[in-house]
Amino acid sequence: MSATARPFPEAAHDALRDAQLRSNLFVATQTIRDKRNQVVGELSDWEELREAGRAIKADVLANLDRYLLQFEQAVADAGGQVHWAADAGEANQVVLDVARAHGVTELVKVKSLTTDEIGLNAALEAGGVSAIETDLAELILQLGGDWSSHILVPAIHRNRTEIRDIFRATIADDALSDDPGELAEASRTYLRERFLTARMAVSGANFGVAETGTVCVVESEGNGRMCTTLPPVLVTILGIEKLIPSFADLEVFLQLLPRSSTGERMNPYTSLWTGVNAADGPQEFHVVLLDAGRTNALADTVGRQALHCIRCSACLNVCPVYSRTGGQAYGSIYPGPIGAILTPLLYGVEHAPTLPFASSLCGACYEVCPVKIDIPSVLLHLRAKAVESAGKPSLTMAAAGWLFGGRRRFAAAQRLGRLAQRPLIRAGKIRRLPPPLDAWTRTRDLRPLAGESFREWWERRG
Amino acid sequence: MSGSRELILERVRRALADAPLAPESPRDYRRAGTLSPVARTELFYERVCDYRAEARRVRAGELPVAITEVFAARGAQRVCVPNDIASEWRVDGVNFVDDEELSWEELDHIDGVLTGCTLAIAETGTIVLSAGAGEGRRAITLIPDLHVCVIEERQIVETVPEAMTLLTELGAQRRPLTFISGPSATSDIELNRVEGVHGPRNLVVLIEESA
Repeated sequence: MSATARPFPEAAHDALRDAQLRSNLFVATQTIRDKRNQVVGELSDWEELREAGRAIKADVLANLDRYLLQFEQAVADAGGQVHWAADAGEANQVVLDVARAHGVTELVKVKSLTTDEIGLNAALEAGGVSAIETDLAELILQLGGDWSSHILVPAIHRNRTEIRDIFRATIADDALSDDPGELAEASRTYLRERFLTARMAVSGANFGVAETGTVCVVESEGNGRMCTTLPPVLVTILGIEKLIPSFADLEVFLQLLPRSSTGERMNPYTSLWTGVNAADGPQEFHVVLLDAGRTNALADTVGRQALHCIRCSACLNVCPVYSRTGGQAYGSIYPGPIGAILTPLLYGVEHAPTLPFASSLCGACYEVCPVKIDIPSVLLHLRAKAVESAGKPSLTMAAAGWLFGGRRRFAAAQRLGRLAQRPLIRAGKIRRLPPPLDAWTRTRDLRPLAGESFREWWERRG
Repeated sequence: MSGSRELILERVRRALADAPLAPESPRDYRRAGTLSPVARTELFYERVCDYRAEARRVRAGELPVAITEVFAARGAQRVCVPNDIASEWRVDGVNFVDDEELSWEELDHIDGVLTGCTLAIAETGTIVLSAGAGEGRRAITLIPDLHVCVIEERQIVETVPEAMTLLTELGAQRRPLTFISGPSATSDIELNRVEGVHGPRNLVVLIEESA
């Protein structure tokens, strides 16, 4: 979460006014959602796979110390080097140290939420090393000085003409058109030379296998294969929650992830490697095991299930709030329903007190989650914590509590309210209440109190 | 950071002070497929075509003809091959370049690559390479713009779990593995699918009927 992040309601308010953003998001979320439903529907054992995915992740968390040590040993046995980073600064320093040891001033990067989370690019820049993003969307953002709006399609808020203009200003000449094929070709040409000559690469990872020390990267464009195969030095940043116990467990996640994420039966490329192979790939391999708040989340007995997340983004696409505001309003690398719980769990609810409220609690996120994270329950849990951390309830709430606390008081208040609301009703709705009640009507219209309550009606019927 | 290792492990153990239970994971999902070999091959063929890769079914013994045709149709003359490729695949009319530590630059100037694979998954239309015999190192199937991959019908399994089990039986878990499902693609621009970004833009899968 960036230090300057604005509260969600404020940022969302601006996002909602951006018509281009809203229409792009609507099309994107709807399209991916339909594809996902179709390929998930093809599998008769989807619920069994979800349950297996949930249970495997719960096992990982319950025995995390043991699996971390097993993974460390397996990577070392295969010729890789393991580093431990308690926070973002330590992880960034490892990468910088490796770069310096090899005299590297430019490296290539695979799209990775984890490296975005720890602000790796900026830290490298400050240390005199430039990191080139190689995923097309990430490249668009990097060249445009912009940031992500969707986990899976980060540049979804940009249309083709905007992308053409960004490329013309940076990597291509004015002959470039806004045809998506031509734009992809421009990025291919720009990046190819860098792939072939890069001396070092940095990646995140989708999974780390404790049993074998194997690392797995799932992708579409081939930039992941390029980065993890060609440069002689590779550093992978792995959040400690990304472990899975055994190689065989991949059979569950390699089914759950692509179908939930891009709505494909399988993503175009999946790369798996273990340590260093003398005849194939990087001859120096480092893996950085990153905490950076994950143990905070783990300590929360209700919230720890958020660490099951495999970053598929299915919950974003079904969320009525996300599909209108987009990702940037969340002020976090992790947007949408999962971001609304993961962000406060990683950084502390006091640093993101509005996020647990960025939801209508409709439960659609829980239904599509491939590892069955009960996001609505965690949201409620975090709302309670947010209120707690904010101190005493307001005077208005205290007054409401007193009113609702007694039947006579409540009935009297209803009668009083009917009189008091008269001057406020316009066309059958109350659009603005006087302070302090205006907190409610700032974002909603209110229906007036009925002329007669149910209880009054019941008593009148005798 | 040596201190960080102990710190993280200690934080993990403290966070798990409530000793959460983790019963054994249920594995009730489908493991083995149910299709006949003929139906399995048909499904694999359909699913590969679905990715807009080119797939061809080739009768036993007719593989050399098919290889010749595929490269001729694309005007590919210099084609990289792993050193240990089957000799009958080295057809006339194509200049085969053995991969003897070719540099990235050299691979970038080659017209295509011809390899076998370890196995294929019908349900997902995936081919799996494990740097095994006839497959070569990863770079040769990555840098050239055309990848022609030969699959024997008996190498096709139906489900993902069957593939992972077979890789384990072959002792391939720790080898470099690449799962390929269609040509490289991106949907990053307004969700328009564009085939061919950094990996080979053309993938041709030759499915050889078992004799």
